[in-house]
Amino acid sequence: MEGVAALALSGVDKRFGAVHANRAIDLSVAPGSIHGIVGENGAGKSTLMGVVYGYYRPDAGSIRVDGTPVDIASPQDAIRAGIGMVHQHFMLVETFTVLENILLGAEGGALLARGEIEAREGLARLMAEYALDVDLDARVADLDVGAQQRVEILKALWRGARILILDEPTAVLTPQETDRLFALLAKWRAQGRTVVLITHKLREILAITDRVTVMRRGAVVATLETARTSQDELAELMVGRRVLLRVDKRAAVPGAEILRAENLRHVDVRGVERLRGVSFAVHAGEIVGIAGVSGNGQSELVETLAGLKPLAGGTIVYKGARLGPPGTADAARAVRHAHIAHVPEDRLRMGLIASFAARESAILGYHEDGELGPGPFLDPDATRRRTARLMAAFDVRPPLPDLRSGSFSGGNQQKIVLGREIDRDPDLLIVGQPTRGVDIGAIEFIHRRLVALRDAGKAILLVSCELDEILSLADRILVMFDGRIAGELPRAGADEKHLGLLMAGSAAA
Amino acid sequence: MTGDLPRWVDLGLLPLANLAAALLISSLVVLAIGIDPRAALAILVHGAVGYPEAWGYTLYYATNFVFTGLAVAVAFHAGLFNIGGEGQAYVAGLGATLVCLGLDALPGFVVVPLAILAAAAFGAAWGAIPGWLQARRGSHVVITTIMFNFLAAALMTYLLSNVLLDPTYGSPETRRFAPHATMWTFSELAARLGFQAPRSPLNAATLLALAAAAFVWVYVWRTRAGYALRTVGASEQAARYAGIDPARTVIVAMAISGALAGLMPVNEVMGSQQRMVLAFTGGYGFVGIAVALMGRNHPVGVCLAALLFGALYQGGSDLAFEISTINRDLVIVIQGLVILFCGALENMFRPALAAFFSRAKAPA
Amino acid sequence: MKNAALAALLAAGLAAPAMAQNAPAVTFDVGGKFDRSFNQAAYDGAEKFKKETGVQYAEFEVRNAAEREQSIRNLARRGASVVVAVGFNNRSAVETVAREFPNVKFTIIDSVVELPNVQSVVFREHEGSFLVGMLAAMASKSGKVGFVGGMDIPLIRKFYKGYEEGAKYANPKADVLMNMTGTTPAAFNDPTRGAELARGQFDRGADVVYAAAGATGLGVYQAAKDARKLAIGVDSNQNHLHPGTMLSSMIKRVDVAVYNAMIGARKGTWQAGVTVLGLKEEGVGWAIDEFNRKLVTPEMEKKVNEAREAIIAGKIKVTDVTAPR
Repeated sequence: MEGVAALALSGVDKRFGAVHANRAIDLSVAPGSIHGIVGENGAGKSTLMGVVYGYYRPDAGSIRVDGTPVDIASPQDAIRAGIGMVHQHFMLVETFTVLENILLGAEGGALLARGEIEAREGLARLMAEYALDVDLDARVADLDVGAQQRVEILKALWRGARILILDEPTAVLTPQETDRLFALLAKWRAQGRTVVLITHKLREILAITDRVTVMRRGAVVATLETARTSQDELAELMVGRRVLLRVDKRAAVPGAEILRAENLRHVDVRGVERLRGVSFAVHAGEIVGIAGVSGNGQSELVETLAGLKPLAGGTIVYKGARLGPPGTADAARAVRHAHIAHVPEDRLRMGLIASFAARESAILGYHEDGELGPGPFLDPDATRRRTARLMAAFDVRPPLPDLRSGSFSGGNQQKIVLGREIDRDPDLLIVGQPTRGVDIGAIEFIHRRLVALRDAGKAILLVSCELDEILSLADRILVMFDGRIAGELPRAGADEKHLGLLMAGSAAA
Repeated sequence: MTGDLPRWVDLGLLPLANLAAALLISSLVVLAIGIDPRAALAILVHGAVGYPEAWGYTLYYATNFVFTGLAVAVAFHAGLFNIGGEGQAYVAGLGATLVCLGLDALPGFVVVPLAILAAAAFGAAWGAIPGWLQARRGSHVVITTIMFNFLAAALMTYLLSNVLLDPTYGSPETRRFAPHATMWTFSELAARLGFQAPRSPLNAATLLALAAAAFVWVYVWRTRAGYALRTVGASEQAARYAGIDPARTVIVAMAISGALAGLMPVNEVMGSQQRMVLAFTGGYGFVGIAVALMGRNHPVGVCLAALLFGALYQGGSDLAFEISTINRDLVIVIQGLVILFCGALENMFRPALAAFFSRAKAPA
Repeated sequence: MKNAALAALLAAGLAAPAMAQNAPAVTFDVGGKFDRSFNQAAYDGAEKFKKETGVQYAEFEVRNAAEREQSIRNLARRGASVVVAVGFNNRSAVETVAREFPNVKFTIIDSVVELPNVQSVVFREHEGSFLVGMLAAMASKSGKVGFVGGMDIPLIRKFYKGYEEGAKYANPKADVLMNMTGTTPAAFNDPTRGAELARGQFDRGADVVYAAAGATGLGVYQAAKDARKLAIGVDSNQNHLHPGTMLSSMIKRVDVAVYNAMIGARKGTWQAGVTVLGLKEEGVGWAIDEFNRKLVTPEMEKKVNEAREAIIAGKIKVTDVTAPR
């Protein structure tokens, strides 16, 4: 290693109760480099960065910045040490303006006015230097996610960060926006600053980082020169065994039409038209993938189909008959009774309940099943039995029906949800973001199950913001942009660039 | 930031630490007015549990708190903050009173259960209306239940001053219920069984309170409706996803909550006063919030917290009685400190305890 | 060992004041003994007894319904010479405990319990209110007088009805405005709201206002002072609170009743039965002293005193709304 590390951790150890989140971590990040950290969910990446940024006190170990030992007890200490962080879930006050958000916690005195004037000048310089254009007086709630991320970066820069930690920064970006972000990071590296990039997208690691550290189960398993590694090696290190990143599948044999959406329109509570006439069909035995940058109507499409949001126009035809109007109190139940299963995109807000035992989350939507207890009662043993069966079939770990749902890793939570929905033998499965926040091992498993379901002759509508996922699973691809289907491509004819242009709304489809 | 603690620490040590802190501050207050806090504490404890009559009063107060605490707990599991226990109990008292006075030609084994049902029904209605307003009209239940407390007070003052009052005395209270139209008091029951028990308002409603706690446990954790209720409380989106109608669930939850609060007058009106008197609710509905908070909204916890508050009420009463320089306002201060530490500052010691236990465990 | 220590502590605690054997006892109602009104009048009576005899009386301020019976029973059990229960709310508690302790004397203020060991003291507040109603109507320039009550309960209406009749007696065209403070017992301890209600009545043209609302009245009197209007106090003589704007006070001699019960029990003159204290017995009346002398003209004083005689003589009948129907 040349010179003094910009950021060096030695022996950092952190436990949360029974969970040993970080085991004696040693990490050294060279100045002027982009250092990737990869690992499955629950591998301890976020905890480690939380320690660096002062959210958690490590139980043992020390941190050095530019060779100087630092004691980081709070984010304030981290900021003072020159560390900035851009979170996966933005830490912005939505009702505040951009400027107010940037000044938050760094107001520079009791009176705002003085700090504000200084800040405007300084921020203008930063924005010009890094091509980070945002309107300082816009309300954060009115900005798109890309702009919100720029606010987060600007905030870190404004506070004098020399080491920037980015936690899953590309999860919400289009390929084009991702390119722009990476250009910024590269420029920064050229100026001698340091970036720590946490991601689970191995492609990005290979594209931009200089070195990469792989974590598994709270420990560092390897630190590699990026130039001398490969996706497969990284995946194997992360999971601890060989992984198939591409799903093997036969060509689809589409059967009868199961679902037909005709000219669906949806207007949200604020009066914004989210679906502007969406039409498509899904057949038995095929996976139809819907690609697009999040926020272009995919969520609304899924939720209207699942009966959760009302339609402002259009009809849903299921197995040849019109489905009742969605958005009413009974619609979701009716949809479920019609053998339509729905894996919601927001697992923790809708798919299960973190505070419930797994066996309770595993009956969400099916709590009225007769086999679960006599009359009005729910028999905990019956729910436990059903959950144990699901857990076995879907390889949920640990297989403990009474464990709190929130205590499972993202992948295992998703397996519980997927298992619950597939268990009822649906004819149509609507699945949103099936592998968001899910570790590689579980992704592989979930993808195989979806393909198996297709091969069993079921219809699947897959919505995902992960192009890789769409490309590897879908038999047909629809791209949504601004509430419309911007284009349809057969899997065979789809390439990433073309899809990216459609997703950005800038292509003549 | 969860800082998981061992269960016995979470449910046992933490509340005890909070209680100890409250008593410590109380001691300083007592000391400040020149009284030996050890003596005061001794009287408090003795007054609460030191002799049979004290137990009678402690349990009697605790019974009120179990009902109102359970009411808050059930609503809480549905994600609702029912501050209207006071009003629901007040109106429920009307239901009980109407039956006890109006149908006392019937035998006791008919009129008493009817009166209990009427109390629950009136309380349920008074809770369900704010529930309906929240579910269908978006009026926040915190606001509406507070307003319904005032409405209940206005209604009951009017009825007691104009319609229901016993004209012989002109006081705002009804005539005494016929003996068979009341709850059996513990002393009566003891007399029947041939031994002497001290006079206290303790009555069969205490058993009803235990039954209500058992009902709440079964309903919330062992029925489909309770599952729906908890789902709505945890995440309205998840409930909608599961095909549960949040609006209907909210109304039902508030009705059950109101019915539980509505059982309080079974203890207070049918058991203790054996007549309807003005403002019989005496703030027990509000104490129920603290009881539920401290009892972690679990029926067992609610019963234990209710017992603690019952002991504080009775012990505090004796304290004010025995030491004339400790007046009732000081007793209220002490009770307030307990609520503050055990309720509002519940988690004050949690980080310290969490740190202690994670350190203690680390070498293992 | 531990128990012994506890017992010692307990003894130390108990030894402190407790109560002397054969001393009288009093329980105050939820308003508290320093409400400057009804309960305080009772307190004054008890203090007078203490000053004269040097005997420390026992006392208790109740917070809730259950404590009434409990405290009365405790006091009876400790051998109080007489247990004075202040307030109509104590009726059922006194009734119950008096049966349990037939050898203990009980006095209840403001309600009636018909038992051989209970003395009931009730007041003819409507008579006193009649007189201050007359004063109000005569002092009023606008012909509008106000009344602020605590809660809309029979006892308060009794004050109101007498006041209204008195005002109309003095000035048949008089308008009487009436407001009740609230619907919970807190209404008797809400000076802010009292002041609001009084200001409201002033805005509607009233220039004299009578408060029968415990500590809430303090706000009424302050509002009258601020608006340079007149106010009439209640229960205790409150003329001294704001000399110059306190027209008078309707005095209800709760102090006398408490004092008499205590001193009677000591001297052996205490008697069970119902005592009704009206104008005739000087149990109620109106206050004239150096603080309001300038506000009451000789003509007003004469008329009021004439009416007082007429009521005592039975020539004027004042309605008692709480009389059994």
